[in-house]
Amino acid sequence: MSTIVLLLATGLGLGALYFLVASGLSLIYGLMHVLNFAHGAFLTLGALLGYAAALRLDATSWPGFIASILVGALVGAGVATLTELLLIRPLYERHIEQVLVTVGLSLASVALFEGIWGTDPTFIRGPAWLDETTGILGARVPNDRFVIIGVAALVLLAIVVFLRRTRYGMIIRAGVENRAMVTALGIDVRRSFTLVFAIGGAAAGLGGVLAAHYFGYVSPSLGGSLLIFAFIVTVIGGLGSLTGAAVASVLVALLQQFANYYAGGTGDFVIVLALAGVLLVRPSGLMGKAA
Amino acid sequence: MRISKIVPAGAGAAFVVLLAVLPLLSVSLPGILPGPTYTPGALQLLALCMVYASLALSYNLLLGTGGLLSFGHALYFGCGAYGLGILLERTDLSLWPAFGLTLLAAGVIAVVTGAVSLRVTGIPFAMVTLAFAQAGSVLVRRNPGGLTGGEEGLSLATEHVPDALVGVVHTRNLYWAALAVVVVAYLVVLWMDRSRVGHVAAAARENELRVRALGLQPYTAKLVVFVVGGLIASLSGVMYLLLQSGTVPRSVGADLTITVLVMVVLGGVGSRWGAIVGGVLYTLLNQRLTLLAGSDAVESLPAVLHVPLSEPMFILGALFVLVVLFVPGGIAGTAAKLTGRGGSRSGTTVLETADSERELEEARP
Repeated sequence: MSTIVLLLATGLGLGALYFLVASGLSLIYGLMHVLNFAHGAFLTLGALLGYAAALRLDATSWPGFIASILVGALVGAGVATLTELLLIRPLYERHIEQVLVTVGLSLASVALFEGIWGTDPTFIRGPAWLDETTGILGARVPNDRFVIIGVAALVLLAIVVFLRRTRYGMIIRAGVENRAMVTALGIDVRRSFTLVFAIGGAAAGLGGVLAAHYFGYVSPSLGGSLLIFAFIVTVIGGLGSLTGAAVASVLVALLQQFANYYAGGTGDFVIVLALAGVLLVRPSGLMGKAA
Repeated sequence: MRISKIVPAGAGAAFVVLLAVLPLLSVSLPGILPGPTYTPGALQLLALCMVYASLALSYNLLLGTGGLLSFGHALYFGCGAYGLGILLERTDLSLWPAFGLTLLAAGVIAVVTGAVSLRVTGIPFAMVTLAFAQAGSVLVRRNPGGLTGGEEGLSLATEHVPDALVGVVHTRNLYWAALAVVVVAYLVVLWMDRSRVGHVAAAARENELRVRALGLQPYTAKLVVFVVGGLIASLSGVMYLLLQSGTVPRSVGADLTITVLVMVVLGGVGSRWGAIVGGVLYTLLNQRLTLLAGSDAVESLPAVLHVPLSEPMFILGALFVLVVLFVPGGIAGTAAKLTGRGGSRSGTTVLETADSERELEEARP
C-alpha cells in the first residue's frame, strides 16, 4: 500500500512537471501551429537563473525559494516573448520554418548554457522542509512533491480562468477554434501570439525551478529530457487542448512510474507504446479535435 | 537521352572518379583537411563527410521528396551502426551476412514505426517519430544484457571483418567504401525521385486530397519513401561503424536527427547535391570549429566572446537560425538563383508543402 501511495505521489509530481511544460506547448501549437523546440531552453534558463537568484538570497530559506520561482517564471516569460518577437514573427505563417528556427535556437542556447555553466549538473538545496517527508498511509512522501503538485494546479486554474474570463483569453480560444474568423472580425491575433508565448514561457520557467527541486540538480540538459516527454503528453492529450494536456500529463507520468517500478524500468517504452496505441485508435489524441 | 542530361551525369561521374583517385594523389588543402589527401587523417575526415552526406541524402528523400518532417531519422542510422556492431560481436557471422541481416532488421523497424507514425501528418508526425527515436535512444543507453555498451558505446569486433577494412593503414579502403555508399545512396534517391512511387509521394506532399481523389494511395507511397530513407540511413550507419570502428549512443539520439536536419536545410531542401554539400560542409565546419574552440586565439579573448566561440554547437545553431531566416533556399537555392536557373523548386516551397496543417486549414469550409 505504502509503495502505491509513494508511486502515486511521485507520479503526480512528475505529471505536474510535464503539465507545466506541455501546457505552453499545447497552447502555442493550438493557436499558432508551431512546435516549439526551444521550450526546453526556456525551462533550463528559468531553472539556472532561478537557482542563481536563490543563491543570492540564501537557497535554504523560503524567501530564496519563492524568489527563485518568481525569477524562473519571469525569465521564462521574457525569453519566450523575445523569441516570438525576433524569431517567430518574421516567419509569419511559415510553420515548418518556425519549427526549424526553434530547433536552431535550442541547439545554440543549450551549447551557450554549457559554455557558461558547464556540462555537469549542479546539485541544489532548498528550504529544509522540502527535503523532509510527510507520512501518508504509511508512505514517506517527499514534501517537494506537494509543492510541485500545488503550483501546477494553481497554474492550471490560472490559465483556465484567464482563458474563460478575460477578453484576451477569449480571443485566444477563438483563435484556436478559427483564426481566420477572428482576424476577419478585425482583431489582431498576432498580439495574442506573443501573449501565448509569454504564458507558455512563464509556465516552463516555473516548471524548470520546480524540476530542479524534483530531480535535485540543475544542468543545461534539464529541459531537453523533459521536453520529449512533454511532446508525448501533448500528442496523447490532443494538440491544442489544455485539458487534454493536463489529463495526459497525469496519465503518462503515473504510467511511467508504475511501469518503472513493477515492470523493471520499462517506463519510457510503455509510454511510447501508449503513444503508438493512442495514435492507432485516435490519431487526434484523447481530447483533440476530430481530424 | 538529351545532351542536357548527359552533361551533368558526365560531370558527376568525373567528380566521383576524381574523388576515387584522391587517396593516390597528394593534394593539400590547409585549413580544411588536416594533411595531404593520401594521409589517413585526411581520408578519415573525408570519409566521415561522405557518411554524413549519404545520411543527409536519405533525409532529403524524406523531407524534400515526401515532405515528411521526421525527428526520428537517427533511429535508422543507429539501427545500422548498433545492429551490425551487435551481430559481429555476438554471432559468428562474417561481415556480409551480418550486413544483410542488419539492413533487414532496420527495414522491418522502419516499416513498423513508419506505418504507425504516418497515421498522422505534419507536426504531429514530427513528434511521433521523435518519440520512437527517443525510445531507441533510451534502449541503447540502458544497455540491455550488455548488448549496446551503454554510455560507453560499442566498439567494432574485428574478428569477422576482412583485414582490408581494419586499421589505420587501410583507411583508404574505408574511404573507397564510404564513397561507394554515397554513390549508392545518390543513385537510389535519384531512382526513387524518378519512380512512380516517388512521384505519388511528391504529389501527396503538394496536395494530398487531390492525390486521393485521383484514386492513388498516398499512404503507401509515403511509407515506401520512409522505408527507403530508413534503409539508406542504416547503410550510412553501417559505414559509420566500420569507419569509426565503434559507435556511441549519440548516433541514435535526437541530436543526430537535428544535425541532419541542419545539414539538409543548410544545403537546400529538395536538392540532392544540396544535401551532399550540406553534409560535407557541416562535418568540416564542426571539425574546424572544435579545433578553433581549443585554439589559443579564442582562449585569449574576453569571456563575452570566448564562451560562445568555444561552443561549436552554438555557432552552428546560430548559423542555422540565420540560414532559415534569411537564406530560405539554402546553398542550392542560392546557387540556382545566382545562375538564373529556375528549374529546381526552392526550399521554401518544399517546406511549405510539408506543412499539412495549413493544407487542412485551407480545405476546411
